[in-house]
Amino acid sequence: MAPLRSKLSFWKSVFLVVMAAGLYAAVVRFTQGLGASTHLSDRFPWGLWIGFDVLCGVMLAAGGFTLMAAVHIFNIERFKPIVRPTLLTAFLGYVLVCVALLFDIGRSYRIWHPLVMWNPRSVMFEVAWCVTLYTTVLAFEFSPIVLERLQVLRSERVRHAARIVTRVLRVVSVPLIIAGILLSTLHQSSLGSLYLIVPNKLYPLWYTPTLPLFFFLSAIAVGLAMTVYESTTSARHFGKELETPLLQEIGRILLVILIVYAVLRFQDLYRRDVLRLAFQPRYETWFFWLEIALALALPIGLLLVPRVRRSPRGIYVASVLVVLGFITNRLNVSLTGMEASAGVRYFPKWTEVAVTASIVAAGFAIFGLAAKYLPIFESAAELQARTEREFAPLPAAARAARAPEQEAELVNADD
Amino acid sequence: MSKAILYDATLCIGCRQCEAGCAEQNHLPYDDKIAAEEVQSAHKFTAILTRGDKFMRRLCMNCDDPTCASVCPVAALRKTPEGPVIYEPSRCIGCRYCMVACPFDVPKYEWSKALPLVRKCTMCPDRVAAGRQTACAEICPTGATKFGERDALIAEARQRLRDHPEQYVPHIYGLDEVGGTSVLLLSSVPFEQFGYRTDFPHQPLPLLTHRILQFIPDFVPLGGVLLGGIWWITHRRAEVAAAEGRAPKHAEEKKKEAK
Repeated sequence: MAPLRSKLSFWKSVFLVVMAAGLYAAVVRFTQGLGASTHLSDRFPWGLWIGFDVLCGVMLAAGGFTLMAAVHIFNIERFKPIVRPTLLTAFLGYVLVCVALLFDIGRSYRIWHPLVMWNPRSVMFEVAWCVTLYTTVLAFEFSPIVLERLQVLRSERVRHAARIVTRVLRVVSVPLIIAGILLSTLHQSSLGSLYLIVPNKLYPLWYTPTLPLFFFLSAIAVGLAMTVYESTTSARHFGKELETPLLQEIGRILLVILIVYAVLRFQDLYRRDVLRLAFQPRYETWFFWLEIALALALPIGLLLVPRVRRSPRGIYVASVLVVLGFITNRLNVSLTGMEASAGVRYFPKWTEVAVTASIVAAGFAIFGLAAKYLPIFESAAELQARTEREFAPLPAAARAARAPEQEAELVNADD
Repeated sequence: MSKAILYDATLCIGCRQCEAGCAEQNHLPYDDKIAAEEVQSAHKFTAILTRGDKFMRRLCMNCDDPTCASVCPVAALRKTPEGPVIYEPSRCIGCRYCMVACPFDVPKYEWSKALPLVRKCTMCPDRVAAGRQTACAEICPTGATKFGERDALIAEARQRLRDHPEQYVPHIYGLDEVGGTSVLLLSSVPFEQFGYRTDFPHQPLPLLTHRILQFIPDFVPLGGVLLGGIWWITHRRAEVAAAEGRAPKHAEEKKKEAK
């Protein structure tokens, strides 16, 4: 028991340090502006907060619509066990993207302006609407999980209300899921379309009229890879391994998508006659091959080996590589590929990194709490049994010693 | 008709009166230190660049189909029929997409302010609307910066190129670049030497995103019907399978749930 506890407190202290740094950076950002808190400039107006927090954040949350489509539209019921953790990631991801946007846009309090001041010619306008609507859809898609938790509480009134809301939600669920898929398709690809307007600025290894398609395809790949990552990682804490056949199937689908993406990507480079740029000794070349190696070459190579494709560990490693590879891709499009035309090198200031890190840390923490207190990996009944087992027999003194958030949950559970 | 500015670098003496006039018009500070800054910024909307004895002016090109206006998610930037590309600060959210997208890198940002705005030359819209010249054209002592009807200025620029081909690069910059701009430039040295790109398409850049965005109105209803159809077929198939007693277990459970 002792080593486990020290491990927990280690990660807790890392979390607290990151959050404190993020808080300090936030104060600098909101009192002194973007100049003091970032390495952005007139020559390089978009940095880490757009490149990672927004582009990667939305991409990492793509599993939500992919799995909702697979399970509810294509009726592939085998995937059901991973829908909930994926929905949680998606909902959390989009909320955190909105938080990051509050940091990045100069006048955060006007974040609602695109909803009333329209410019349908703008890709950003379209993204703003899609993200707003899809975050709302995700809230609806996620709410049955919370309602299910409420239904096993002891209070009859709460259970009754939760049942009624659940019934209402069931009626609108299919249109909501379809809306979620359409909105996701639109804005996942539109994040690529954002860069269609800079043909003379984005380095030719990344600028292509096909950017929207590449962003969309890679979002699906990353969405699936993320479900493998979070299911495997969470399994260590909740003791619920994913069934191996399910993982193997995801591995196979992932392999197909990656191969399709790779063929299209290189065909596009060849057709635009820029493949030779990939062999010039330039700054961009290294980042290009890093991206290709992590996102395509290594995972495709691994998954092509039958023994790797069949082992949960092999699929996990390939998935992590895919996630890292496409994070590199998004950063290449938004940062690496824009440096040459800007004539500057951009490296984020520590305050930028601190804000991003604390948003990521908050994501991990909230995921952990939600997985612990909501029926994400276990059924509501299992969860209720576990919480009662854990909390009920504690004497008052031990209760008082508990962390505040657990205490709060305890009060709710006793209602 | 649409107004424009013609800047002829061969007539410019580098006196920087246009910079001073612009600063006064836009209530910006101007002193020797700012005069020495050869870049546009949030406090300097136009700049005279010096290379030896050659000069070149930078200002917002006030494009005919402005990229900045097309990308702005809140329509804070807008092309007026008279020519100026104007900016409404009360709409701006500070996302800086205009800065990323502008092919001429014109919009600048108030990086040191807690509540920043975008700043740029807007071609003196109030003056132009009142039938007056822009501040920079009015103050220019040599006529290097000239204000007038765009068509008339193009004709004049062509005349100058014809009359003195030895003095000029044979190109009117802004005539066709990204679909044409309300600022036209003539120069005796290649424009690239002053950082003006010459590899722009002759079509407006907003067409590049329009090509994609135009599909959205069709995509939503078609996609909705398609997904709805797939949903109906897959679930109907499961129902039929259950009724025929060859259903996988989960489908039967579902039936029970429904009852």
